[in-house]
Amino acid sequence: MKKILLALAFVFSTTVLLAQQTFPVNGTPDVRQGQFAFINANIVVNANQTISNGVLLVKDKTIQSVGTGTSIPKGYVVIDLKGKYIYPSLVDAFTSYGIPEATRGTAAPMGFGSRPFVFTSNKKGPYGWNESIRPETEVRTMFTVDTRKADEMRKAGFGSVNAINRDGIARGTSAAVTLNEARENEVILNDQASANYSFNRGTSTNNYPSSLMGSISLLRQTYYDANWYKNQKEEYNLSLDHFNKQQSLPQIFEADGWLNVLRVDRIAKEFGKSFIIKSNGDEYQRLDAVKATGASLIVPINFPKAFDVDDPAESRNLSLSQLKAWELAPSNPAQLEKAGIKFAITSFGLDAPRDFWSNIQTAITHGLSEKQALMAVTEIPAAMLGISDKVGSIEKGKLANFLITSDKLFKNGNIIFENWVQGKRYVVSKMDITDLRGTYNIHIDGAGASTLTIAGTGGGSMATIQGQGADSAKVTASFTRSGDWVTITYNSKTNPVGDVRLSGYLTSENPLSLAGEVFVNSNSVGNWNGILKSAGKDAIRREEPAKPAPTYGSLIYPFTAFGNETPLVAEAILFKNATVWTNEKEGILQNADVLIEGGKIKAVGKNLSAGNARVIDATGKHITPGIIDEHSHIAGSGGINEGGQSNSAEVRIGDIINSEDVNIYRQLAGGVTSSQILHGSANSIGGQAQLIKLRWGKTPEELKFQGADGFIKFALGENVKQSSSQTNSRYPQSRMGVEQVYVDAFTRAKEYEKAMSVKGNNVRRDLELDALVEILNNKRFITCHSYVQSEINMLIHVADSLGFKINTFTHILEGYKVADKMKAHGINASTFSDWWSYKMEVVDAIPYNGSIMHNVGITTAFNSDDAEMARRLNQEAGKAVMYGGLSEEDALKLVTLNPARMLHIDNKVGSLKVGKDADIVIWSANPLSIYAKAEKTFVDGIAYWDIDRDAKVQEAQKAEKLRIVRKMIESKNSGARTQRPVPAMAPRVYHCESLEDHWAELNEMEGAHNHE
Amino acid sequence: MNKYFLTALALVASVSFSYSQATISPAKAQTQRVIVMGGTIHTGEGTVIENGYITFEKGKITGLGDATTVKINTDGARVITANGKHIYPGFIATGTELGLIEVESVKATIDRSEMGDMNANIRSISSYNTDSKVIPTLRSNGLLMAQITPQGGTISGNSSVVQLDAWNWEDAALKIDDALHMSWPSSRGRGGFGGGGMRGMMPGGVDPNERAQNAIAELTNLFTEAKEYAANKPAVVNSRLDAISKLFSGSKKLFITANAQKDIVAAVNFAKKFGITPVIAGAQEAHLLIDFLKQNNVIIVANNPHSLPSSVDEDVNAPYKNVARLSNAGLTVVIAYGTGDGYWRQRSLPFVAGTASTWGMPKEEALKTITLNAAKAMGIDKTTGSLAIGKDATLFISAGDALDMIGNKVEEAFIQGRSINLDNLHKQLNKRYTDKYGIK
Repeated sequence: MKKILLALAFVFSTTVLLAQQTFPVNGTPDVRQGQFAFINANIVVNANQTISNGVLLVKDKTIQSVGTGTSIPKGYVVIDLKGKYIYPSLVDAFTSYGIPEATRGTAAPMGFGSRPFVFTSNKKGPYGWNESIRPETEVRTMFTVDTRKADEMRKAGFGSVNAINRDGIARGTSAAVTLNEARENEVILNDQASANYSFNRGTSTNNYPSSLMGSISLLRQTYYDANWYKNQKEEYNLSLDHFNKQQSLPQIFEADGWLNVLRVDRIAKEFGKSFIIKSNGDEYQRLDAVKATGASLIVPINFPKAFDVDDPAESRNLSLSQLKAWELAPSNPAQLEKAGIKFAITSFGLDAPRDFWSNIQTAITHGLSEKQALMAVTEIPAAMLGISDKVGSIEKGKLANFLITSDKLFKNGNIIFENWVQGKRYVVSKMDITDLRGTYNIHIDGAGASTLTIAGTGGGSMATIQGQGADSAKVTASFTRSGDWVTITYNSKTNPVGDVRLSGYLTSENPLSLAGEVFVNSNSVGNWNGILKSAGKDAIRREEPAKPAPTYGSLIYPFTAFGNETPLVAEAILFKNATVWTNEKEGILQNADVLIEGGKIKAVGKNLSAGNARVIDATGKHITPGIIDEHSHIAGSGGINEGGQSNSAEVRIGDIINSEDVNIYRQLAGGVTSSQILHGSANSIGGQAQLIKLRWGKTPEELKFQGADGFIKFALGENVKQSSSQTNSRYPQSRMGVEQVYVDAFTRAKEYEKAMSVKGNNVRRDLELDALVEILNNKRFITCHSYVQSEINMLIHVADSLGFKINTFTHILEGYKVADKMKAHGINASTFSDWWSYKMEVVDAIPYNGSIMHNVGITTAFNSDDAEMARRLNQEAGKAVMYGGLSEEDALKLVTLNPARMLHIDNKVGSLKVGKDADIVIWSANPLSIYAKAEKTFVDGIAYWDIDRDAKVQEAQKAEKLRIVRKMIESKNSGARTQRPVPAMAPRVYHCESLEDHWAELNEMEGAHNHE
Repeated sequence: MNKYFLTALALVASVSFSYSQATISPAKAQTQRVIVMGGTIHTGEGTVIENGYITFEKGKITGLGDATTVKINTDGARVITANGKHIYPGFIATGTELGLIEVESVKATIDRSEMGDMNANIRSISSYNTDSKVIPTLRSNGLLMAQITPQGGTISGNSSVVQLDAWNWEDAALKIDDALHMSWPSSRGRGGFGGGGMRGMMPGGVDPNERAQNAIAELTNLFTEAKEYAANKPAVVNSRLDAISKLFSGSKKLFITANAQKDIVAAVNFAKKFGITPVIAGAQEAHLLIDFLKQNNVIIVANNPHSLPSSVDEDVNAPYKNVARLSNAGLTVVIAYGTGDGYWRQRSLPFVAGTASTWGMPKEEALKTITLNAAKAMGIDKTTGSLAIGKDATLFISAGDALDMIGNKVEEAFIQGRSINLDNLHKQLNKRYTDKYGIK
């Protein structure tokens, strides 16, 4: 023991010496031993071990010993903590403590062309091309102690934090620091605590990436670049160098929302990484999917405040998901615990650190165990940051980072007295004050004899006064205390009338006596004094009724209106006696039956036998294959265009599918069963498309149409040459330049493919060129946004000369002028029924376009490019009867079989053929007629849309909303904080031409709400 | 016929970027009596005459009824046999920018709004381009009249009602300055994603409610002064006050666009204060105010039902059902494509009315929303808007149900008795290329 003490003394003196070596003292040094012995304490060593009546020895910054019956060496200041508790100070793994505020959102938010175009980074030095990849950022070089923030955090119980520079996609390294008010040199615990990431471009002035999918691609490309960089000698790149070096650190990824958690996981799996994900607390919405990632989480506890629902005209517009989130979010930590997901809790996102305790108590009320709560704010974050050897528990040799509390840490009413950080004492609430609680007989000049009762926490925090006359009412006074000074203020109705202030101080400890001056309406009127009659801690404790265990409404999938409580299942159903549009050689069958089973079409014909199937009488109904939309922009997150470059072949819509978009449900209600989600038309070579089935309630991966060929969006014309831009700085600016973009891209792709095929070449893997090589090899297929005949002809020529094929021209409003050429090249057409005149390149668009192309022999489809029109594609098909005189059978194929053909999925969907997927629609009337309603829409034999069930779901969800609104009113009445009932933003409805810069918009909005 | 077409096409090819289609001329005044026999007549007043007849002369309807029993003198008349076909009053496009824009993305072709906020003196009629290529594409689907309406600002200006077959705007005008159009200053922020703009955010961080209150105060001042101006005719002429003053006599209608419940109530009460019965356009939340709107005799111009629900939680089919919900409750409802929802798109107006019927109202009631009810809103229902003796012979014959895309096939159309040329740019281009490819 002695030896150890000696050794520690040596360590101690060494540190002091080191400090002395580098920092001279202006004056005479004030070196103190910093030796403290805390006795009689309940020491909570960690979540699993508590020592009662323990002794904690601290010398300078370090814990010397923890135990019971320890003899106290000489020279230690003894602090008696009888009845009190010692806890390790809390650790927050995700803060921006001590980081200069980034000026996010400085770029003009709206659209390309509204700000100067920045193609490659303007940063000086040998860094990478894109400013949002900034792994060279090191918090240790920019960190400054922030005494105001440190004080706030310490008062909430924190002793050390991870300081992250939350800027960019690859954000560089953070530092784990204590909240000590000392020089930066002393507070840094781990100068490379973690490498940090997000999808947010941050302050980078580069136009690329402008979208979520662009961010994902850029990060993926960076992994490939970094790998290539290790084995090359051509380029010195400090960014990639740093990127490689920090791969061995803990990797923390800020990803808001469970959808982004899954996106991070896809990157983790692709590159064999293991991320700690800072999520946003909505994991309860898809617990299974989040658990399946296997990632550890850092979760916030900034639970939504109740809405102020007093005005129905305002609160009517609150959404079901807003209301349910309010009810369910506080249970998130408990649910994560139950699911066995490892997580730390962060104070990040709270309005103020002081809200931390009320919110963590809320989480405990909702089922989080105190043990897990403690671990999530001590050991777990400490381990995540690689500082477990220093903080996170009370153990010998660790830093003296601990809290002294009045009670168990998570108990309501517990007081944090002191927060010691690196052996330095920070008083949060005075500990050694006289307990004034009790009932006093007092005399007040001008009022006479009265009774004063002092109660509350911390030796007294509230008071009541009652005159001793028979009719005197008890009044609640405001009670403030500063050391031994007390001030008691109350409003007196009689004798005297007015605001009475008793200002005084403790005159004797035994018996407790108080005395001082009396003021009425600020005029001094005499003196008062009081003597304790009876001690009592609980004299006026507020009666708190035992709170019933929280109850919740059901989870729904997706977490929005029209979500289902239980998964829908495929049924075996026989539809009897309908008009059946087969899209096969049988044509349209009258009084026919359709049998579906196991998600497939089992039989089509007359007088089928039901077997085990449920029979539905479909007399008067029409049955068709599900509608397939070749050109859709629904169900995407974070922008539909990556327009930062003319060629963005690397981006993938498949990375940003949003399964929670209500437009999926709306379109099911219009008979749509599959949609190709396309990149927009901002650039000549857009991104990779994603074909989905509208499986409402499933996760993004489950929405994907399995086994389908990959497609990519190209675009020609006004959009790609930035006709509506004011700055005109991105190449190309003319249709002539568009041709050269294609020629160059495919020429490079060929060279790349050749280089890749040479063994031993260290060719940099290029995701953009990979996609083009796939096109050249008929492994990826083009759908090209196109309008006028000259450009259509151009691309056909470029394709011929460079040896690739064009699968589909989409929009193709002048297709009727070059239908013979398209036919000769086997190119498909996906167009609008009757749109025109909205821009210059559609002044010759005609509603006969579809019928002409069809009659020339081109496989022709009608698409939507519009979340609204997609709900009525059957009617758009009907317009081909009106304008082009197509037969009804051929007209329906424009939105069913023909798009299936051009998407290469006609072996699975598009017609009512035995063995194909049971993607079918039951219509109330001829589906081409304005009078038809989709009554049921099946995908894989599951009725995702049912007009009758929909009515019931709406009723039930209306009742659910009312239930929660009533609960909110109760919550407000019992004093909970509320927020204005601002409806949630509707999901963005994207079109081809949606050119918003997602990150600039997001950061602008965040900046408006939050100056973290 | 063929020859005529070929010549026409040659001309079209050479002038394809000028506006007017030289080959499509406005029709001459009616000189010969016309008798339509045997079709299904949809009067636009809620009634249907199966196997009906209709006669018109000098532009006015002279006879209408059941053809089964009637005897008509056919001497010197043109007789059209319409057995199995449908006869409708000409459809009316309400609140459209037709003829004020040619190509949406080309600023030089756009005359739909003027700078400034209180443009009570602005008039659409003088900018209405009768030679727009869009107009004939509307006629072909049964649209024969339109309310040409300026946009923008709090007070956008004055619309005029035109018929869609004219040499110039003077010929076209049916009622000049029929209505003044106003957008009620909304206390709500703008609609958020999908609704355009960001919710709750106004330029310069202005609170939307405060901005609305200021604008309403300004409107109140303006109308109060106009009332005074109307009564006393001061020496100094003020064109804005003058334009507003015609509202007080009822000779001009007031259309106010308001969507939120609170805004609709405020707009109606504002108009009432000045003795005006307003027409409320947009009216998204009118269904919450049925009794109030009925008590105040307010006509509703409902937005295009082919719209997305206004919020995530709203019934996915609510926009389809909205017109029926209002109409079935006893309100007079007009259907219109909303502001910015196109002029070229008006050719699908009949199907929007069809949708209203699909989702809850009788077809003949749905028909009213684009005929008689529209005429009522504009104050022209005494002379047009339905098929009745004495009214304008503005009507068309369709092979099938004109509210349905698989039925709408306009074979002949008349505006004030004149037989209209139903050709258009699209038909001509179709002809040109079906000929090229030898189709049919």
